[in-house]
Parts: sequence; C-alpha cells; structure tokens
Amino acid sequence: MRKHRLVIAGATLLAATMAMSACGTRSDPATSSSNDVKVAKIGVIAPLSGDLSALGLGIRNSVDLAIKQANENNTVPGWKLELDAQDDQATPDVGKNAATKLAGDTSVVGVVGTLNSSVAQSVQPVLSGAGIPQISPANTNPTLTKGANYASAPARAYPTYFRTCTTDDVQGPFAAKYLYGEGIKKVATIHDKKAYGQGLVAAFTEAFKSAGGEIVDAQTINPDDKDFSAVISKVKGSSPDAVYYGGEYPQAGPLSQQMKAAGLNVALMGGDGIFDPAYIELAGKTSNGDLATSVGAPTDTLESAKTFVSDYTAAGYKEPFGAYGAYSYDAANAIINGLKTSLANASDVKSALPATVEAIGKVSFDGATGPVSFDQYGDTTTKVLTVYKVTDGKWVAAKTGS
Amino acid sequence: MEFLQQLVNGLSLGALYALIAVGYTVVYGIVQLINFAHGEIFMIGGFGALAVWLLVPGESLSIWMLPIMLIGGMLAAVGVALLTERVAYRPLRNAPRLAPLITAIGVSIFLQEFVRLFFGRIPGFPDSKRAIPFPQIEYVTGEAFNIGGVTIQRAALFTLVALAICAGFLYVFVNKTRLGRAMQATSQDPDTARLMGINVDKIIMVAFALGAALAAVAGLAHGLRYTNIDFKMGFLAGLKAFTAAVLGGIGNINGAVVGGLVLGVVESMATFIPGQFGGSAWKDVWAFVLLILVLVFRPQGLLGARVVDRA
Repeated sequence: MRKHRLVIAGATLLAATMAMSACGTRSDPATSSSNDVKVAKIGVIAPLSGDLSALGLGIRNSVDLAIKQANENNTVPGWKLELDAQDDQATPDVGKNAATKLAGDTSVVGVVGTLNSSVAQSVQPVLSGAGIPQISPANTNPTLTKGANYASAPARAYPTYFRTCTTDDVQGPFAAKYLYGEGIKKVATIHDKKAYGQGLVAAFTEAFKSAGGEIVDAQTINPDDKDFSAVISKVKGSSPDAVYYGGEYPQAGPLSQQMKAAGLNVALMGGDGIFDPAYIELAGKTSNGDLATSVGAPTDTLESAKTFVSDYTAAGYKEPFGAYGAYSYDAANAIINGLKTSLANASDVKSALPATVEAIGKVSFDGATGPVSFDQYGDTTTKVLTVYKVTDGKWVAAKTGS
Repeated sequence: MEFLQQLVNGLSLGALYALIAVGYTVVYGIVQLINFAHGEIFMIGGFGALAVWLLVPGESLSIWMLPIMLIGGMLAAVGVALLTERVAYRPLRNAPRLAPLITAIGVSIFLQEFVRLFFGRIPGFPDSKRAIPFPQIEYVTGEAFNIGGVTIQRAALFTLVALAICAGFLYVFVNKTRLGRAMQATSQDPDTARLMGINVDKIIMVAFALGAALAAVAGLAHGLRYTNIDFKMGFLAGLKAFTAAVLGGIGNINGAVVGGLVLGVVESMATFIPGQFGGSAWKDVWAFVLLILVLVFRPQGLLGARVVDRA
C-alpha cells in the first residue's frame, strides 16, 4: 500500500517535471532544414536563463536576426544557415557542456559567445580543439586573447578565438581617467571574485593609482549573497568619494541600493556588466548618478546601428537587444562574411573550418557598431568606450572616447 | 562606532536567519527530518506576498497593504508546506532516514523550478526568471534611522520586531496551549503520544505550518529589506538558516533564534579580523569555523537539543 502510494507520488512528480521541460524547449527558434541545400549552423553560447538572461537573450536574438537576413539575401550561395542556441546559465561547467555539444555537431561553422569571461575560459579549449571559430560579443577579460601575461608579453591564446568588444585593460583605465577627471581622488573597490570583476578592478586600480588617485579600501563580495551591509559599513569607514565595482548587475543593483540606504551616498561605478536597464530596476530611485563604462559608442546614436535597431524592432523579438545586441549582430556577420569565401567551393563544413578561421581573421566590413576587423590577437581594432550615467532612471551617455 | 554598526548589521541579518531556522528546528524536533525544502518555503512566502500585492489593484504602497501581504505570503507558504508534507514526506514517514532527506532536496529543486517557470506566466505578473523588484511599503522602508552615527534601516528594524513578536508567540504557543503541549509530547515520544489520544498526523502538520508561517514573515522582510526577490533566494538563506539551527541545537526553538542571531553577528564581525584572512571575503569561512568549533566541543549545539534522544 505504502509502496503503491510512493509510486503514484513519484510518477506525478516525474510527469510534472517532464511537462515543464517540454515547455522550456518548445520556444527554440531553430527551424527544420530542407533537403537540397546544405546546412551550416551558427551556434550561440550565452545565458538564456537566470539572472543574466536579459543580456543572453539579446545576444541570441541578434544572431538570429543576422542569420535570417543572410538567408534572405542568399549571402552564402548554396548554403542554408541555421541557429543553434545553447544555454550556459552563466556557469563555466554548463558552458563547457554546451561547447562540447556544439563541437560534436559536424555542421557547426562557428559560435557566437560567450557573455561571461569566466565561461569563455572553459569554452575556448573545447571549441579550439575542434577548430571551430568563436567570436565573443561581450568577453572583456584581456587574458582570453593575449594570454596570462597580456601586459608584458602578449601571446595569442587560441587561434580560433575573436571578439567584437574591447577589453578590460582598456575599460578599467578609461573609467579611472574619467573619475579622476571628475575630481574624485579617493575610491574604494569591490569585486565579486569572478574572472571579469577581478580583472576589471585590477586594471582600474593600477590606472587610478598611476593617475594620482588613492584606493582607500578593497573589498570583495560573494555573488550568491543578498546582504552586503557588512561590506558597506566597512567601506563607509574609509569615506571614499566613489565606489568602483567589478561584477554584474544582479549584485551591483542591490549593492547600490543598500549603499545609499546605509548612508553611503556616493556614486557606484562599474563596467559593461552593470550597463543594463535591469541594474536601475534593482538599484531603485537612489541609483541616480551611478556610472558605467560600456564598449563602443551608444548604439542608438550610431548612424551605422540605426538599420540594426530598426530591423530588430521590425522582427518583433520579445526581449530587447540589450547591451551586446549590436556586437552579437556584428559577430554573427563576421562569421557569415568569412563563410562567403570559405564555403564557396567547400563540400562540407568540417573540412572548411581552417579556411573559415583564416577568413574571419581577415574580415573587414562596416557593422552596426562601426568598422569590424580583428588584430593579430583576435581583438577588435575598434577600441571606443562610453561612460554612461543614471539620470532620472535611465542610462544616459556622458562621455565617449578611446 | 563601526563595531556598533556591524553589530546592528549582524543582528538584523541574524533575525532573518532565525525566522527561517525555527522551521528547520520545529520539523526536526517532531519528525527528525531535515527539511531542505524549507528555504524554498521562505522564497514562496516572499512570492506569495508579492502576488497578493500585484492582485490588489492600484499598486498601493500604503502601510495597510503590509498585513494583507503578510497573510497572502503565509497562506502561500503554509499551503505549499502542507502540500509537500502530504505528498512528499508522509508516504515516507517509516522509510529509512535517507529517503525523506533526498526527497526534501528533490522538493527544493522542484519548487525553485516551478516558481522560475510558472510565476511569470500568470497574466500581469513579471518574469520570474530574474530578480523581481519588491513593493516598497511606506513607513517600513525608506530613509534609515540614524542614532549617534549608527544607521538602522527601517526594514531591518521591521525584521527584528517581527522576530521578537514571533518568538514571543512561539513561546506562548508551545508552552501554554494544548496544541503546543501536544507538540512537545509528540516530539518526546510519538508512539506514547498517540496512545494518549494525540493525533500525531495533525501535530506534524501543525509543525510544518508553524515553520512555514515564520518563513513567510522572513520572506516578506527579505523583500522589503533587499528590495527584490528571486526564485533562488531560498537556497543560500536556507543553508544559512540550517546552520543556525544546528548552531543553536537542532530541535530547540530557543536555540534556533539564538543560533540565527549569533551566525548573523559573526558574519558581520568577520570584517574586523585584520590582514589576509579578514574582510568580507572570509565571512562565510569564519561562520563555518564557528559551527565546526561548536560541533566539536558542544555537539548538541549552543543551547542543546532539548529533544529526548531516540536514535
């Protein structure tokens, strides 16, 4: 009797779980292929669920848009391009599994992703081992392209890895120069102990000190925490003029809110990881005056981005393109541009991979974010950054430079 | 001055742990089950309160919404807790100890995913896959009090007051009412209690409901204090509250309250440890060092498990 009931309970749970997972996969945008044209897949590895999904879904949609346009215009004759989007949940392990899955698919020509530098570290070796080109729209950690000694002895880490955004060794100093120029001499730093946050704070600290500023306190937080009051009280004791945070908006928003609530009424500044409308939503009304640097010039003011923005709106995606939409669109188009030469006389995707990598390294075209091309390390040649300031509940561009 | 500030931070954080820890301890005291899904009950309390606020038209931030949200959160949390007890734990009551423990972990994952996938699908409700801003009710949120350089946030004060009221209520309930005494009897010896005419199934349900109601208070307090809630907020909070319950002596209600407050204060005070091992990065390390020390030198917890040992 008891066993019988257990079985019923177990079956109910199982059925419910299966029903749920079915709901989860139904909305996959990839469409089925037809027979006579050859299929090449462009993969996406990004957080499609979880806290950072606002950014990840924008990446997926923008790549989807680029692929649809390429198919419509028949950019790669004789080939039909398809999207294969994988969720990395912003976690290195999950990202590695996603990369392994894509690497095992012989029709994958390239991958756009990841969002997080920490995930990229575990995805790079897998895709590189399979010879699949990877273009990240959002990884800003300098070691991904130039290796561990990026400042003293840069050496290309993976020949298959490229990125369309600029790096933290440019972004951190840019923020430092901006703050120092605004008359802020004492800054406390906080980071979340992840590759991105730590690297950003290190680059900022070095540049701010050499500009003549003082780092009055350096703290860290645990990204799973909700309560930052202990850290804030500690930082408040050193009375900084601003707080520089290395990390992403799910923690930065509440951190800013709790800072102001605890009476530490100075601006919080962060990198591209906090530049998202969700940051303001989480940080609330007191976030006015908070600052963020982000890669490139503001998307909505760029002449080149206008077509992208209007096409994206016309396509009717549910989620906004986010901070990296235009970079993902350019990354996907860089792959497609490479395919134009590499797939022209190729019989299958696998044998054309080395040619694809080589072709991507040589691309040069005008993308949504401006001219797109890569240097000898796989970094973008465009190193433009913008400082944004929260003004009346919106990110407003304050200064663009390089 | 910073010492006092960190004490206040620690106490208000600890009050949240304590409210959740009571649920672990009450259930453990009666059925010897570590209900790892209790952190999710706390999360559902927060989402229940938010749902009620969303359902009442007008987006009112009046203080009168607070009791309505509290009742909504409690109904949701208690309902889910009773449902899990009935569906997941009762069929396993005579199974080996490990079976309900694993089940509890399964229930925890199920509840998280359920909220993540389905809360946002209700028309008019925000997407639950990411953090949702929580309504900032007047008087209990807003500008902090400043007493001699020590900042006390209103929501932190609300948590402390809520803990005091709940602890007082619990004391009266367990020691002065028939139901409370029946709980004590069941915790000491369920078989004899049953012979004395106590409905043990009912008492177990009361234990789950009691824990869930307090967790709902914590869920509401969390929303007010940290201004947003998300589907996975119960995981770490539940883990910390479980630690607090063990620290105070699992099975002992007073112990859960003391354990929660001590854990909160230790986490905050860890910022004073100088040098490499100090600062906020090491706060969890020091909290768990304390737990290990207590378990080594006083395995029954700070106040000691009051339950008669039946193992």
